[in-house]
Amino acid sequence: MMIASTAAGTGLTTAGWTFMLCSIAAVLSLACFCYARVLFFDPKAANHMHAPLEIDTRDKGT
Amino acid sequence: MAKEQWGSRIGVILAVAGSAVGLGNFLRFPGQAAANGGGAFMIPYFVCLLLVGIPICWAEWTMGRQGGRYGVNSCPAVLGALGGSRAWSYFGVLGLLIPVGIYAYYNVIEAWCLGYAWKYLTGEIVVSANLNSSIGDQTSKMFATFTGQDENGSLFGGQSSLVLFWVVVFSLNFVLAFRGLSKGIEWFCVRAMPIMTICAIVVLIRVLTLGPQEVDGQTYSVQDGLGYLWNPGGAAAEGEAWYAAILRPQAWLAAAGQIFFSLSVGFGVIINYASYLKRKDDVVLSGLTATSTNEFFEVCLGGLITVPAAFLFLGAAGATKGTFGMGFESLPAVFLHMGPAGRWIGATWFFMLFLAAITSSLSMLQPAIAFLEESLGIGRRASVTLLGGIAGIGSLIVLYFSENMAALDTIDYWAGTFAIVILATVQVVLFGWVIGVEKGFKMAHEGAEMRIPSIFKFIIKYVSPLFLVVILTSAVLTDILGIDLSKIHPNLPPAPAQSRIQQLVTSPVAQISIGFVLTLIVMFTVLVTLGNQRLRKLGLGQRLLDEGSEA
Repeated sequence: MMIASTAAGTGLTTAGWTFMLCSIAAVLSLACFCYARVLFFDPKAANHMHAPLEIDTRDKGT
Repeated sequence: MAKEQWGSRIGVILAVAGSAVGLGNFLRFPGQAAANGGGAFMIPYFVCLLLVGIPICWAEWTMGRQGGRYGVNSCPAVLGALGGSRAWSYFGVLGLLIPVGIYAYYNVIEAWCLGYAWKYLTGEIVVSANLNSSIGDQTSKMFATFTGQDENGSLFGGQSSLVLFWVVVFSLNFVLAFRGLSKGIEWFCVRAMPIMTICAIVVLIRVLTLGPQEVDGQTYSVQDGLGYLWNPGGAAAEGEAWYAAILRPQAWLAAAGQIFFSLSVGFGVIINYASYLKRKDDVVLSGLTATSTNEFFEVCLGGLITVPAAFLFLGAAGATKGTFGMGFESLPAVFLHMGPAGRWIGATWFFMLFLAAITSSLSMLQPAIAFLEESLGIGRRASVTLLGGIAGIGSLIVLYFSENMAALDTIDYWAGTFAIVILATVQVVLFGWVIGVEKGFKMAHEGAEMRIPSIFKFIIKYVSPLFLVVILTSAVLTDILGIDLSKIHPNLPPAPAQSRIQQLVTSPVAQISIGFVLTLIVMFTVLVTLGNQRLRKLGLGQRLLDEGSEA
């Protein structure tokens, strides 16, 4: 696990911790908000595309 | 012609995110941050995300979906339909040149990743600790030999297995592309993205739980590695304040460039992908979700793995290499230092990079496939075959002229860097000024599950284009013309060792590579002309097909 910095390196300073944790928190918050809205706010919308049920896309079958 | 479409909303989000997440998230971002202010780099980074990345992303999603309502899916046809004039369709040539040009070399890089993953898995990667040269030198030599950097044509002389891996990835890309949007690209991305996440987290946990390491008589810990990247100031000069680096325009250019290329905006891919959506399918939340996914991989994973691991085992020298040096020289050295477990961590890491690369390269094929189908009226089989031939020629040029990666570098700059900035500028001007922000926002909000804050109207109309013009001007003056702007002011970018114009004049490989790029431009321009005629006859691209319907 992480240990305290040694004399050779400077380790993570308070400012470093701040930038790192704030950046990660901001990105994680945004991602969680987005996926929560997409997956749980309107579950039907996550999988529903407003398109005809039967359409030949000429996709190659499995 | 039957229309392709996405099978699910999460599918299109993961496909767009897959297009965006690539090697740059893990290899380029950490290096850019460390060199431009460390943790403080996140200030210009997030500002550029808000002012350049997200607005252009929304504009592309919206224009793409709107283009689909005109019955067209290719970038030229979408731009032509929305611009109200065939002249706009010719800007769309860039939306074909960029993905095809990038694909030509990106699938070679993908083969590197698969090759390294295989070598780790089979235990083929062996570095003899008994040799006099350092592990770092040996991994550098291994990379150079495997990728044919020592001599043109060496990859076809049997010294490297790269060509075999390239055949595998090239075939896999086209098999998946041939299967179509839903059963091919979406099917793959829905599986590959979660697997990629798991692989990255495995490597992250391994890196963060590493013990202290001795490098050249000094002992470093993981915190030292994290501090090297995240402590504000980064590679600041002695005595400089922590914010000195971000007061330089270079840091802002680096941030804008990183956001821009990381999100894959201006590639012509999002416009194509979004064209398969329907009128009431949300683009605002979907675009933001794809963006946030990319940022998760970049900041939360890339920012905690690459540079800290390289610094821990190799010191500053190993942590300050370029994108490829970091990924294919420093990190293999790191994995070799990890002992027996390093083989499996290395396999996981390079397999993850392979997945990141293939989800991106797949996205490069669909825009051109859609265009060939539209402009020539041919089916998927014929368009995939034709594109395979075109892309294959480009890849063979990259594979043959592998010395110092000269062909790769040339195509990357002109098709994968310069052209992107131009296309993004065209798109944002089209959205903000031709369509108009009021109408554009109304389009974006159809079916939207969240509203775009009104401030973004000003940002899209004035700020984003300004950023792009500054990036474009800097690229033209420094990279292309080789003008040393640091003579005007020390904070401005200096000239590179050799300008792009000088390269084209002096290097036959650069000339052949630009010849390939120019051939693509001419070919696509002719096809756009033919395509416009065909679409006019079919009544496509001129009016909304679903006007009056609620679908």
